[in-house]
Amino acid sequence: MLKTKNLTFSYRSKIKELAVFKDLNVSCKKGFNVILGPNGAGKSTLLKSIFGLLNYDGTIWCGEGCVTEMSMDDKTKFMSYLPQIDISTSSLSVFEMVLLGLLPGLRQRVKKEDVRQVVNMLEALNIAHLTERNFSELSGGQKKMVFIAQTLVRDPKIILLDEPVNSLDLQRQLELCFFLKKIIEDKEISVIVVLHDINLAARFADHLIVLNDRGELYSTGSPEEVVTETMLKEVYGVVASIHHDAEGTPTVSALKSVNN
Amino acid sequence: MAVKSSVSYDDHSFYDRIVKRRAVIITALLILALIFFVLNIYIGSSDISLSDVFQAIFYGEGQGNNVMIIRKIRAPMSLMALAVGASLGIGGCEIQTILRNPIASPYTLGITNAATFGAALGLILNTNVLKVSEAIMVTTNAFFFALLASVGIYIFSSRQGSNRNSIVLFGIALNFLFSALTMILQYVSDDEDLKSLVFWNMGSLLKTNWKKLGIVLCALVFVSVIFYKNAWKLTAMTLDDTKAQSLGVNPQKLRRMVILLTSLITAFAVSFVGSIGFVGLIAPHVARQLVGEDQRFFIPVSALIGSVVVAFAFIVSKLIIPGVILPIGLVTAIVGIPVFLTIIFNKMGD
Repeated sequence: MLKTKNLTFSYRSKIKELAVFKDLNVSCKKGFNVILGPNGAGKSTLLKSIFGLLNYDGTIWCGEGCVTEMSMDDKTKFMSYLPQIDISTSSLSVFEMVLLGLLPGLRQRVKKEDVRQVVNMLEALNIAHLTERNFSELSGGQKKMVFIAQTLVRDPKIILLDEPVNSLDLQRQLELCFFLKKIIEDKEISVIVVLHDINLAARFADHLIVLNDRGELYSTGSPEEVVTETMLKEVYGVVASIHHDAEGTPTVSALKSVNN
Repeated sequence: MAVKSSVSYDDHSFYDRIVKRRAVIITALLILALIFFVLNIYIGSSDISLSDVFQAIFYGEGQGNNVMIIRKIRAPMSLMALAVGASLGIGGCEIQTILRNPIASPYTLGITNAATFGAALGLILNTNVLKVSEAIMVTTNAFFFALLASVGIYIFSSRQGSNRNSIVLFGIALNFLFSALTMILQYVSDDEDLKSLVFWNMGSLLKTNWKKLGIVLCALVFVSVIFYKNAWKLTAMTLDDTKAQSLGVNPQKLRRMVILLTSLITAFAVSFVGSIGFVGLIAPHVARQLVGEDQRFFIPVSALIGSVVVAFAFIVSKLIIPGVILPIGLVTAIVGIPVFLTIIFNKMGD
């Protein structure tokens, strides 16, 4: 569904070059894909590259063709991206904020369908009660939910979410993951999510991609295949015990750092 | 009552209600602008009754010089007050939007100080930058330097790695540069020239004619149409850059476009009328309180507030001392400050 071929990227400044990844070949499938890895592994950089916000070497392909060669307008027709850091202080209303997710299709006169689409999205994410609130007055978690609504509202075929559950309470985290599962099933789309919570990833992901701290693909596969004590030790540097439930879904209890 | 909102969003009428409310605000401001326009034509050093004013406007009839005074002097001046207010209002609205900085205005970019320097060159050294006729030398100089500053900012903002903070800093640097250059000219000038520069700086609508008004209006309409066409993209600029990009907007490109167009309308407004401070700063603030940051409404309301404030200031400037018209720039600041402070105190109260 989405593949990177020899993806190479480094942050360059005048004095040094910091390679994030070199010749990275990753493939994401239809369904719930989760990218795991320690801080600085290049997870966010990978999502940014896929959306085309960075100048990388190599190519990225998906069902629609070569993503690397597509214009931003073409890409936004089927792909949407939620960045990790949002420092927006906008005084738009929540409704207007989510409506912006329908760019570039918005016209000067907002259509009834657009309004309906936004309201439906807010209701689906259980934040309809915030509709007319001023965005700047919301809590961190509420803002996050609004941004998620904005990302999902235009019905994309490929959804890239960079740490969407950060600052969400436990209930919201679960609700969001179940919602993603539901739209994946209903609409046969790909969701590619960067997560830090391995247990959440193991529970919901169809397909896991693990990057190590050198920006290399460490392993990829189903949660049962990927989440192992060796992986946790080599990638995350932690000693952990893993339990499997009746369905084989692994649960991780991290015990200590390998440095301790 | 339950935590859930009592408003139902099922019938989607809530959005029609919001749009309707904003349309009412725009209509009210249009009416207010029209009233101030008529009052500005009515009020002047020679007494002309309101019915004579209408006669002169609509039928071109009247006693003595009345028709000439109304049609050739008062009407273009009164319209210029509206046009300049709107230009500065829109300029402020967009500069605050693209720099995501509520205290930015076209002045932040150094455009006004550059224009002042241009005017000073003409008034003090008699330098005619573009070799135009004597009558329009000062205006042309002011315009030339205002554009020069904006081209500087434009080139700077096209550089890789420039962001909104570096643009503000560059603008501040330009401000200091041009005011230092102006001060050098002031230092060497004689009393008479110094006086005319000081007056130029205070802003005046008195030299308005239909031609100047036409130029300002053309620029205003041209720029407004482009901004309005990009209303949603500009609305997305209230988010941070990565977020705007994730919606398919190119923030650098949009920022450059806004800088260029805003400079254009500000340069025209300032070079014809002189420095009318403050409007570019307060108009967007008031507009934001009234209609929020949806640019489809934010742009016209900023323009209308700008128009209303300058038109009102023009009325006041003619009434404070009978027979004397005070400089519009000064009065605008004095009229504007209480409005501005009220907004700040209201915000603190929230």
